[in-house]
Amino acid sequence: MNWSIVFALWRKEVKSYFVSPTAYIVIAVFLVITGWFFTLNLFKENLAHLRSIFDILPFLLVIFAPAMSMRLISEERKTGTMELLMTMPVKDFDVIFGKFLAALTLYSVALLFTLFYPFTISVLGNAEPGPIVAGYIGLVLLGGTYIAIGLLGSAMSDSQIVAFILSFLIAGVFAILVFSSMVMPGGIADVVQYLSTTYHFQNIARGVIDSRDVIYYLSLTFMSLLLASRAVAQRKFL
Amino acid sequence: MIHIENLKKYYGTFPAVDDISFDVANGEILGFLGPNGAGKSTTMKVLTGYYPPSEGKVTIEGMDVTEQSIETRKLIGYLPESNPLYFELSVYEYLKHIAEMRELPKEKHNARIKEMAELTGLQDRLGQQIAQLSKGYKQRVGLAQAMLHDPKLLILDEPTIGLDPNQIIEIRSLIKKLGSEKTVILSTHILPEVQATCDRVVIINRGKLEADGTLDELQHKFQGRPIIDIEVLGDGANDLDIYRKVTGVEEVTERHLPDLKGVAIRIAAASNTDPREEIFKLCVEKKWTLLTMNREIQSLENIFQQLTRAESGKEVAA
Repeated sequence: MNWSIVFALWRKEVKSYFVSPTAYIVIAVFLVITGWFFTLNLFKENLAHLRSIFDILPFLLVIFAPAMSMRLISEERKTGTMELLMTMPVKDFDVIFGKFLAALTLYSVALLFTLFYPFTISVLGNAEPGPIVAGYIGLVLLGGTYIAIGLLGSAMSDSQIVAFILSFLIAGVFAILVFSSMVMPGGIADVVQYLSTTYHFQNIARGVIDSRDVIYYLSLTFMSLLLASRAVAQRKFL
Repeated sequence: MIHIENLKKYYGTFPAVDDISFDVANGEILGFLGPNGAGKSTTMKVLTGYYPPSEGKVTIEGMDVTEQSIETRKLIGYLPESNPLYFELSVYEYLKHIAEMRELPKEKHNARIKEMAELTGLQDRLGQQIAQLSKGYKQRVGLAQAMLHDPKLLILDEPTIGLDPNQIIEIRSLIKKLGSEKTVILSTHILPEVQATCDRVVIINRGKLEADGTLDELQHKFQGRPIIDIEVLGDGANDLDIYRKVTGVEEVTERHLPDLKGVAIRIAAASNTDPREEIFKLCVEKKWTLLTMNREIQSLENIFQQLTRAESGKEVAA
């Protein structure tokens, strides 16, 4: 891995995010929706926890993470800058990884704004810090995974819409596998459930960070990035 | 410097480049000439490492473009045909990004960007967003990008497309200037461009190599029958059979032109012959007055048309 290339790409992509209105719109919509879920039952339940957001985020991120990363490669393909990028002395994976870090940065900025919610509940009541801290770590891992899937979608098409739909479908399948026990017999359901992104987030959000959950997310992220760099190397797209 | 051997590149089953071989020497300015869709861009994309070749071998300074791709890419400055740029960045930000991607030493970035901006006439535009630049200025940014890391080999895909005549002249002289220290390959379908800038020409059509050589060589090699136009004054000068007896002459026709003092005759001679002397002697012998004599040498334009048209003709016949 050539870190100076990775960071050069990261810098450029972050700059591109924040000179266009996309970043601001995505962050604003993200905050409006999470804010709505946060306040929905806050006073009715009168409990100091973030479960209302943590329950919905694994599904919400299926839409938001691909929206953040769909542009990254599709756009370069559409405008032809991909040709320039791929004829620089850089490795395909370094390109993908730099772009991944840029989208992760945008997502982290959005997450930073949501810290307002745990701050609010800790002022209003006695919040248990464990599940909240663990939950946020889980959100970074989960979001990172979906962003990587979003990049894979982006690497497969020169249309941002197609890229978005592809990654939404892939991420969506991983998200809903958690409901496998509703339609499958016990033994298989357990295995299938283990493949679900939502399932591992639920584990972490309980307040315990298990290495198995972390490894699950990191390997799914790495696999997606690797496939994305393969898709880029193919030079062909849907 | 560059060695291309039996290069083939298929898009699906369509051969965009079909068995092309040629070499490019150090310091040469090579014009890559062909009609649209001839395979110029594809060949360049293989050279720059964007597309792997389907068959054949391409090396730059002895390194294979697919196996040692990262190394060969370092040697190349590339301006793709569409001149893609990141429109949301300013000229300075863009060149800075390229400098980072090319891993130029950090302390040299600004000096190098300034140097390129001066060379391409972008000094006053560095702070401007690329999206706001005119087409000519965007093209300069593309050129500055290609030359930023001082590459040994410049590959320019239609570098003057979309520029106004003054800009074209500027860019051509810039390329000519660069050619004194670098190897340059430039593709074009505009002939005067090649005549103005290149040492050597490779003409391709429908993926196949049609001709390869210096302008003089090509002119010599592909010369058709020399055409000699004369105007003669004298008794019996309109008897075409007399001219047909001159050695080398193949075809004689009388031309009916306005304002003639004598008889205007067009003589087509056999390839690589020059019967002008004989014609002159004939006139002297017959006591005619030779008013004008002009030999037409085939221009590169004719050669180009001849080569590329003959190929499409074959296609139609097949």
